[in-house]
Amino acid sequence: MNSAVKVNNVYKSFKKGKTEVKALQEISFEVNKGELFGLIGPDGAGKTTLFRILTTLMLANKGEAWVDGFEVVSQYKEIRKRVGYMPGRFSLYQDLTVEENLSFFATLFNTSLQENYDLIKSIYQQIEPFKKRRAGALSGGMKQKLALSCALIHRPTVLFLDEPTTGVDAVSRKEFWELLHQLQAHGITIIVSTPYMDEASLCDRVALMQESRIMEINSPKGITENFKKPLWSVRSADMYKLMLDLRSGDVVDTCYPFGQYHHVVFKKDPHTVEEAKQAIATISAKDLEVQRIPATIEDCFMELMRK
Amino acid sequence: MNDDHAISVSQLTKRFGSFTAVDAITFNVKRGEIFGFLGANGAGKTTAMRMLCGLSFPTSGQATIAGFDLYRDAEKIKKNIGYMSQKFSLYEDLTIRENIRFYGGIYGLTDKQIKSKTDFMVDHLHLENQVDNLVKSLPLGWKQKLSFSVAMLHHPKIVFLDEPTGGVDPVTRREFWTMIYEAAHEGTTVFVTTHYMDEAEYCDRVSIMVDGRVDALDTPLELKRKFNAPSMEEVFIQLARKAKRSDN
Amino acid sequence: MKQFLFFVQKEFYHLLRDRRTLFILFGMPLMQILIFGFALTNEVKNTRIAILDNSRDEATAGIIHQLEASRYFDIVKNIRGYGELEPAFREGKVKLAVVFPPRFQYTLLHENSASVQLIADATDPNVANTLANYATAIIMDYQKSMKGQQDFPYTINTEMRMLYNPQLKGSYNFVPGVMAMVLMLVCAMMTSISIVREKEMGTMEIILVSPIMPIRVVIAKMVPYFLLSGVNIASILLLSVFVLDVPIQGNLVLLVSECLLFTVTVLALGLLISSVTDSQQVAMLISLMGLFLPTIMLSGFMFPVENMPIPLQIVSNIVPAKWFYYIVKNIMIKGLGFGYVWKETLVLTGMTVFFMLVSIKKFKIRLE
Repeated sequence: MNSAVKVNNVYKSFKKGKTEVKALQEISFEVNKGELFGLIGPDGAGKTTLFRILTTLMLANKGEAWVDGFEVVSQYKEIRKRVGYMPGRFSLYQDLTVEENLSFFATLFNTSLQENYDLIKSIYQQIEPFKKRRAGALSGGMKQKLALSCALIHRPTVLFLDEPTTGVDAVSRKEFWELLHQLQAHGITIIVSTPYMDEASLCDRVALMQESRIMEINSPKGITENFKKPLWSVRSADMYKLMLDLRSGDVVDTCYPFGQYHHVVFKKDPHTVEEAKQAIATISAKDLEVQRIPATIEDCFMELMRK
Repeated sequence: MNDDHAISVSQLTKRFGSFTAVDAITFNVKRGEIFGFLGANGAGKTTAMRMLCGLSFPTSGQATIAGFDLYRDAEKIKKNIGYMSQKFSLYEDLTIRENIRFYGGIYGLTDKQIKSKTDFMVDHLHLENQVDNLVKSLPLGWKQKLSFSVAMLHHPKIVFLDEPTGGVDPVTRREFWTMIYEAAHEGTTVFVTTHYMDEAEYCDRVSIMVDGRVDALDTPLELKRKFNAPSMEEVFIQLARKAKRSDN
Repeated sequence: MKQFLFFVQKEFYHLLRDRRTLFILFGMPLMQILIFGFALTNEVKNTRIAILDNSRDEATAGIIHQLEASRYFDIVKNIRGYGELEPAFREGKVKLAVVFPPRFQYTLLHENSASVQLIADATDPNVANTLANYATAIIMDYQKSMKGQQDFPYTINTEMRMLYNPQLKGSYNFVPGVMAMVLMLVCAMMTSISIVREKEMGTMEIILVSPIMPIRVVIAKMVPYFLLSGVNIASILLLSVFVLDVPIQGNLVLLVSECLLFTVTVLALGLLISSVTDSQQVAMLISLMGLFLPTIMLSGFMFPVENMPIPLQIVSNIVPAKWFYYIVKNIMIKGLGFGYVWKETLVLTGMTVFFMLVSIKKFKIRLE
C-alpha cells in the first residue's frame, strides 16, 4: 500500500441535545507516503474530528479509514504504536520539566530519547538549555517545540499536527514550518491542520475544508490555478467608501477587502489597467491604484464557499 | 493635548523589579484610525495594552486615552473604551439577549436603550432566530461579530481588540473587518493587537514592538517598502529576529 | 512494566509538586483527629450535680462528702423527689444526679450489697460517660475505706442511666469516622480529579494515542493515592493510640487489612466518577455531594443509623462507609474478631468488585 492515509467516505455526527450536528460528511482523500498534507479550514470545519478518527480516538459513523495500512477501528492498537499526534491544545504536563515530559513520553512508547535522537536533535537542541524548566514556564514557541519533540520521540511513520501554529508568533511559526520540512526529509508523512490560509502554500497538497466537507484537494499551485476569473487589486485613499461603492454598483461581481487592497472580480473583465480604472471611476473614487494579480488560496477558498 | 489624538503615549514605561517590560514607548493614535499593535510573544504588548486600558499603572511616562489622563482618570477611561478578546468576551452559558442586557447594564444603559440596542443588533447581524439561544450554540464567526457589537454597545471612543479574528473562515473574517471599518468610519478608534500579520495588513498604521520598545511605526505599505519585504510577515520577522529578549 | 513504573513516578511528581494539596492531604487527618479528639473532649471540672438522698444516713453522708470534696463535682442541689430531677436536667442546671435508695446503709450492712443510681445527661455522650466513671470511682473509694472497718466486704453497685442517648453512641467513634472521611477525600476525590485533569489538559488524548494499555494508566493513577492512604491510616491510628488514648482493642493486622480493602473500594469509586465526568469541578462536586456527605451523614458516624427514619436506614446500606465504619468500630473499639465482621467485610468486598468492574467497563479507550 503506497498511501500513508486513506479515507473513504467518512461520515461523523454528534448529538447535541436533540439535534444532530454533522461534523464530517463525504470525506475521502489519500495522503501519499512522505507527503506534507494540509487540512485548511476555519474552526468548526471538522479538522479536529477528522484527526481524532484517524488517530483512533473516535469512531466514525460511516465510512472507513486506514493509517499506515492499518484499519482505524479493528487495528487501532497497531496505529497507536505508529502515529505521532499533537493535539490542538498544549497537551503536556505543565508541572513536569522539559526533560521529565520527554522521558515520560519516551517510556509511554517503549523507547528512549537516545534511540531516535537523530530525528529530534535539531528541535531538541533548541529547548535543551531549558531542560530543567517546568513546561508551564516555557514561552509559546518553546512549548510548541517541546510538544513536537514529544510527538516525534518514537519515530512515528505518520505525524498528525492539529493546528500547531495557532497562537504562536510569526517568527516561531516560520521556524516551525522549517522544522516540518526537515522532518519530511526523514521520510515522515505529515498531516497538519491550520485555519491560516497563507500556510497552505507551505504544504505539498492541501484539502480545503468548510462546514464538515472537503471542498477541494489539490496542490497549492493547482488550487490557485483553478481560479479562472481575472482578479484585480484596487486601492484608493478611502478604502471603506471604495468597498461600499464597488459593492453597490453593478460593475463588479465580488469585492473583498484584503488588507491594504480590495480584491475585485469585474462582471465584464477589463482588458487593461486603464479600462479597469475607468470602470471603477464611474462609480467611485478616481485616485486609484489598480493591478492584475494572481489569486491567493484565500481568494480560492472564498470562491469555493460561494458554490 | 492634540484633539485629533485618541491615544497619546509619551515615554511610557513599566518595570517589574529589574525587568523593563515596556521601555519608554511613545506614539499617537489618531481619532478614527485603525491601529495595529504588534509584537512577538514577550515583547511587552500585553503589558502595554493593560496600561492603556487603565488596568495597570505605568512606572513612568505619560498617556492620555480618549482625552483622559492615565493616572488621574483611570475610571473615566474605562467608561470610554470597549474591549474584545477572542479568548473571552461573551458568556457562553447565557443567551445572546442576556449577554447584551448584562453588558448594557454594566455600562449604565437604560432599559430602553438596551432594548433598542438589542433590536438593532439582532437586525444588523441577522440573529432573529438565535437571540434567545445560548451563545455557545453560535458558530465562531457569529460569536466574534457579536462580541464586537457588544464591545461597541456604549459607543466607546476607543475599542481594543485582542487577536479578534483567529480561526474564522475568510468570508466571515471580511464581514468582521467590514464592521471594524464601519466603526472607524463613524469615528471610533480601533486598537488591534495581534500576532497574525495578515490582520496587520488591514490596519491604517502598524507599530511593532521588540524587547519592550516600539521599533517600527508606519502604514503597512510604507513598512514593506522600508524593509524591502513582500509582506508584513517578512517585516515582522526581520524586526523580531533582532530581539535579544526573545521568548525565553 | 517500565512503562507502568514511569507512569507511577510521573504521578508522584504531580503529587509532590503541588505542595498545597499535599499539605492538605497529610495535614487534614491530623487536624481532624486532633479537633475531634480535643475539642470534643471530656476533661470535666466542677461539674454541677444533684443529689437525691432517700436514705439520709451515715453511709450516704460519707459518699456525698467524698463527692463534694472532689474537684470534679459541685453539688448544687439536694432534691427531694424524682419529680424535681427531670426539670433540673432539662434546664441544664445539672449534668449528673446521684440517687440513693431508701435504707441505703441498712441494706448495705445487712445484705452486704446496695445500689446507687447515677443519672447522666448523655446528650454529650463523652462527658456523660466520664462523669459517671468519676462518680463510680469515688463511690468505690468509699467502699474500700469501709472495708477497713469490717471483716466481710460490702459491695455498692452503681447503676447508671444514660439519658437521651442510652447506648452512648459516639464515644470513641470519631476515629473510624475520620478514617472513612479521610479515605473518601484522598482516594475518591483526588483520584477522580487527577484522571479528569488529564482529560481537561488534553494529555489524555496523547496517552490514549500511545500504545500503553488504558487499564495500566488507571492503576498507575491509583498507586500514589493508595500509598498516601496507607500513610494516612497509619498516622490516624498512631495519633489515636498515643495522643488520644483510644486503644486498638482488636487485631491490628485485621484492622489494617479492612482499612486497605476500604481504600480500594473508594479508589474504584473515584475511578467511576472520573469516567462519567469531564471537568475537575464536576468531579469534585460529585465526590463531595455523592460520597463525602453520605459518609458523614449516613455512615452512623455522626448520627446513629438506628435513630434514622426507615427510608434513610435503607439508603444507608448502599453507603460503603457505613459498613467500613461498623467494621472498624467493632475491631478497634470493641475488640471483636473477624468472626463478627465477616458479613460486613463480604458486603464491602462485593461493593468493591462491583465498582471496579463498572468503572473499568466504563473507562473509555477512545474520547467519546
